[in-house]
Amino acid sequence: MRQEDKHVKTGIIRRALLAAALTLPLVGFATTASAEGERFVFVSHAPDSDSWWNTIKNALKNAEKDLGVKVEYRNPSTGDIADMARIIEQATASNPTGIISTIADYGVLEGPLKAALAKGIPVLTVNSGTAEESKKIGALMHIGQPEYDAGKGAGERAKEAGVTKFVCVNHYITNTASVERCQGYADALGVKLGSQMLDSGQDPTEVYNRVKAYLTANPDTDGILTLGPNSADPVIKLLRDTSSAQKYKSFITFDLDSDISQAIKDGIMDAAIDQQPYLQGYLPVVLLTQHARYGVMPANNINTGPGFVTKANIELVEKLAGEYR
Amino acid sequence: MAEQSTATPDRKPAATIGDERLAHQSPIQRLMARPALGAFAGVVLVFAFFGATAGNTGMFAADGMMSWATVSAQLMIVAIGAALLMIGGEFDLSVGSMIGFAGMMMALPTVYFGWPVELSVLFAFAGALGIGFLNGLITVRTGLPSFIVTLASLYILRGLTIALSVLFSNRTIVSGVKEAAGDSFVTWLFAGTVGNSFFVWLAGNNLIDRLPNGEPIVNGIPMVIVWALALAIAAHIILTKTRVGNWIFGAGGDANAARNVGVPVNRVKISLFMFTAFCATVYAACQVFEFGSAASDRGLLKEFEAIIAAVIGGCLLTGGYGSIIGAMFGALIFGVVQQGILYTGVPNDWFRVFLGTMLLVAVLFNNMIRRRVTAER
Repeated sequence: MRQEDKHVKTGIIRRALLAAALTLPLVGFATTASAEGERFVFVSHAPDSDSWWNTIKNALKNAEKDLGVKVEYRNPSTGDIADMARIIEQATASNPTGIISTIADYGVLEGPLKAALAKGIPVLTVNSGTAEESKKIGALMHIGQPEYDAGKGAGERAKEAGVTKFVCVNHYITNTASVERCQGYADALGVKLGSQMLDSGQDPTEVYNRVKAYLTANPDTDGILTLGPNSADPVIKLLRDTSSAQKYKSFITFDLDSDISQAIKDGIMDAAIDQQPYLQGYLPVVLLTQHARYGVMPANNINTGPGFVTKANIELVEKLAGEYR
Repeated sequence: MAEQSTATPDRKPAATIGDERLAHQSPIQRLMARPALGAFAGVVLVFAFFGATAGNTGMFAADGMMSWATVSAQLMIVAIGAALLMIGGEFDLSVGSMIGFAGMMMALPTVYFGWPVELSVLFAFAGALGIGFLNGLITVRTGLPSFIVTLASLYILRGLTIALSVLFSNRTIVSGVKEAAGDSFVTWLFAGTVGNSFFVWLAGNNLIDRLPNGEPIVNGIPMVIVWALALAIAAHIILTKTRVGNWIFGAGGDANAARNVGVPVNRVKISLFMFTAFCATVYAACQVFEFGSAASDRGLLKEFEAIIAAVIGGCLLTGGYGSIIGAMFGALIFGVVQQGILYTGVPNDWFRVFLGTMLLVAVLFNNMIRRRVTAER
């Protein structure tokens, strides 16, 4: 009995040591958090699976290096905006120099962002959301691309190409901004959106097959709008696999990556709407840092898009796609 | 049934000689044998860790504490339902989808059909209980694993949430509930705060910080925490002090044996499914009235978090063993780790690695303590 007890005890000690060893690396990170200098928290609405935000993460890393500040990127892992609100509350409690946030859903994020401002933490909004919403919250400024207008711009190009029936491949249907893009496109064409917006899911295989099914069931579709690399890349592959690119009068996507720029070069895709996400990551850190150090801030909002990338200017963009563009 | 059997010690003075059939147990040993003990040890470990690594980052300031307490309380609400159901021997994977769907059942009628908000909330609760009933009925009637039955509900409910919101409102986020609800008591019931004057007093005596405008940094305890505690107390009493509690343990331990001694196993299980749905709806109501909107992606993956919290808290995946207090500690561990990691400044790319590692360490530690004090179970 005694013998066994002893055995159990040493086992426990060994396991406790193991547990301590596993947690040890965390302590190293903790010390960097309390280092001197400005600290900003960047809160996005993107789920973990959305690769587009990599450009913004790279921009944040560059800004950190260039300015000698610390930026923490945070996002709700499933893209649940209610979870995002909790992250903002947490960020507020940690007393950063400033908070940079998207306004993926004004109703949900208004409260937490106003609470941050009430605590005296400057807030700057980027990406999703409108200039009016940003102003109502009391943010210093908004840096982004007006979503509805960008969708409308794409729709106008499609109308010139003669599109009458389209599909809007929405890989993030729960985000209001994504629906606005489809709506703007439909309005520019002068048709009802209705069932032309397809909820594609995020998984590439799912996107591929759902679009395939949709196009088979609706053979008179002649325009395609995708809302980002997550929906564009599988559709490009689909059009390559079925060599049916010529069938569509207009194929436009939001945002860029290397697959998209190759498709533009090959003539499969007509244009990509570039909202220059690098600027949405880099600029807010620059502006908030200068604001913290010297109290300066531009008086206007900044529109980083929409810019259209076509075959004419693709060379410039191509090299940096997915990393800085 | 571990908790009852230890609750009747022999206290006669003659016991100095002792009844040889009764092993001697000190009160401490009895306390240690509770299923929640391991989870409690896990909580202590987690707080010790963050106390050391994030002690001065604002995590333990008033607003920081309220932040992780709210997240934990939210999870507690669904974990309590999941724990009772697991003790009863079944799973419910539709909890997360139910959160989204229940929220939509409140927001759509209020905003688009102009129903009074009280009616919409009653409607949502009735609808949720009905779906819980169906989940339970299909499970007990077909004898299929509840894992599969509720997996179907997971997809159906999530799909309905998206389809109905797009059908009626052409968007997937239905906002404007706050405006429609006005100052209805429902808003207070799910999203209000209690104890405001206490926090004003705390701030007045400089015990907590104040905002630049003079208000206390925390102006009350959110109702979501009150709901979590109320549900926990009710569930704990039912499980440990009533006949129904014994039935739940019996149904989960060995359903046939329980039936043979007259436990209405089917009725117990169906009621438990309804209770999980009820908990999910409370979660949804707190979210809808706090944020003023329902969205079709609310509650994604919460079913797993609820089950994880119950398991961290000592519930067995096979049923028949567990406790509500354990599930609460489990939810607390999960909530504190999830929010606390953000304070330590771990780079986001590594965030989930550390979240997983921390949870594993907490569970290993918890398991080790439990085995040690209960001498194997």
